[in-house]
Amino acid sequence: MGYLKIDHVDKRFQRGAATTEVLKDISLVIDKGEFVSIIGHSGCGKSTLLNIVAGLTPATTGGILLEGKEVNAPGPDRAVVFQNHSLLPWLTVYDNVALAVNKVFGGVKSRAERHDWIMHNLDLVQMGHAKDKRPAEISGGMKQRVGIARGLAMEPKILLLDEPFGALDALTRAHLQDSVMQIHAALGNTMIMITHDVDEAVLLSDRIVMMTNGPSARIGEVLDVHLARPRKRLELVTDRTYIAAREAVLKFLYERHRFVEAA
Amino acid sequence: MSGAGIAFEREGATSGFRWPFASWWGTGLVGAAVWLGVAAVTVLWREVIPLPYGDVFAWICAGVAAVLLVGAVTGAPGPIGQRLRNAGPWAIALGLFLGLWEIVTAKTGRLPLPFFPSPQALVEVYVDDWPRLLDSLAASGWLLVRGFAFGALAGFSIGLAMGWWRRAGYWIHPVLRLIGPVPATAWLPIIFFVFPTSASASVFVIALASAFPVAVLTWSGIASVNRDYYDIARTLGASERFLILKVAVPAALPHLFVGLFMGLGSSFAVLVVAEMLGVKSGLGWYLSWAQGWGAYANLYAALLVMALACSTLITVLFRARDRLLSWQKGMVRW
Repeated sequence: MGYLKIDHVDKRFQRGAATTEVLKDISLVIDKGEFVSIIGHSGCGKSTLLNIVAGLTPATTGGILLEGKEVNAPGPDRAVVFQNHSLLPWLTVYDNVALAVNKVFGGVKSRAERHDWIMHNLDLVQMGHAKDKRPAEISGGMKQRVGIARGLAMEPKILLLDEPFGALDALTRAHLQDSVMQIHAALGNTMIMITHDVDEAVLLSDRIVMMTNGPSARIGEVLDVHLARPRKRLELVTDRTYIAAREAVLKFLYERHRFVEAA
Repeated sequence: MSGAGIAFEREGATSGFRWPFASWWGTGLVGAAVWLGVAAVTVLWREVIPLPYGDVFAWICAGVAAVLLVGAVTGAPGPIGQRLRNAGPWAIALGLFLGLWEIVTAKTGRLPLPFFPSPQALVEVYVDDWPRLLDSLAASGWLLVRGFAFGALAGFSIGLAMGWWRRAGYWIHPVLRLIGPVPATAWLPIIFFVFPTSASASVFVIALASAFPVAVLTWSGIASVNRDYYDIARTLGASERFLILKVAVPAALPHLFVGLFMGLGSSFAVLVVAEMLGVKSGLGWYLSWAQGWGAYANLYAALLVMALACSTLITVLFRARDRLLSWQKGMVRW
């Protein structure tokens, strides 16, 4: 049995008399410590799937089991790193993380322990130096770092990343991908990442879940990425396993499930 | 500007020579001359009807001139000097205005008495009647503080309830739509009749006037909070209480402050009317009392006190806002 089980999830939105089926019969089992990417064209419902796992959106039928127990409301055992608007603008970097830490560990850790824990996690993403800055004063990449620090600081069972680097420039993105790989290697978190970037998916994932186009998106294919860790982006460029995995994902996305509306 | 340029050229041409007045503050010098001139006019020019306190007024003007002169000679250094420099042009304008006022009232009688008293008549009021003015100021302040505090609190609670709970919005919204636009002063006759004391009635009517804008803007603030902020908090495992206190209220603060400014403004208006009609104390009452006696100098003196007090309160609120909303810097300007 897996750590997280997405069990026959359907999602339909009802607007007046019209019903739109977004997700159809999604089932997926994720092991502890696994890094799984979900990739698909925009509008295929991958963010909806992540929101269902996070508990922010209820599934129409089916459900989510975490360690064998059903979860249907948001909770600190599933931390989310959002694509943007990830931080509360009126709080400093430190206070944004503190908000989560105080919520989760308020009764467990002492004030000093919580402070140390906040700083530890900020240092983990190299943001300790900016702890007193407000979100408006730091760059987009830095904001995502803080978002990741907040997610990690909650010690969630699963870290959910919703296109975390989608709005960043290529250099910053590469940098943050390396950070996430390091953190994953060091802490062994279970992570689910939504992305539409093929290289990102292959580089980071143990498994890539490819979704068909909506409406009624399904899981089209699941690809195991048999690449040894730690992975180095430069060495992978010529690695045959990497190239084959990349090709498989690209073929799925652009030959079999071309995004029809994009033109 | 051009003067500074010439001085610079001269300095460059005759190297080694330092222009003796180069470090002086020219505007301050002009200001000092103007204020000294006002003092001289007051003392030396014979009045149409002899007035007391001309010498006090002249001394005050001389004092202002002295401050400006010190600033002018030292070049107004440091943060205090900076503020003085900033006020320089206004000091000149104000001096000219006072001088003109002195001439058209006390010295030539161009403006008719008793409607246009002279500057020394105002000085007379402040010197002779300050206990009563201070008493009125305190009474007005206390009334305003109570009324505005109740109003802001009630408005905030109503706005929060409307913004957060759909059912509360359903019931409160039509009432607010109906009652809100009615000027609070229109209720005065009923309120003075219903409430046991005129003081409590005044507190209520001030609260009523300030609650409406606060309620409407808190409501719109809560309603326009970015939904993503709630999602962030919910993934932390936030309760409803947490969502309200840590997300909705801080996010709505900018709107709330607009409401507080508007509420404070309308509470001033209602305060004066309430004091004129009901309460037998306060600056509003002082105004109608002075008018009743035809004491126009007292009227102007009280108006000046009121203007200073109101603008001080607005300034205090601005400072509080800047402190609480420092995170907004660069995002919103108003």
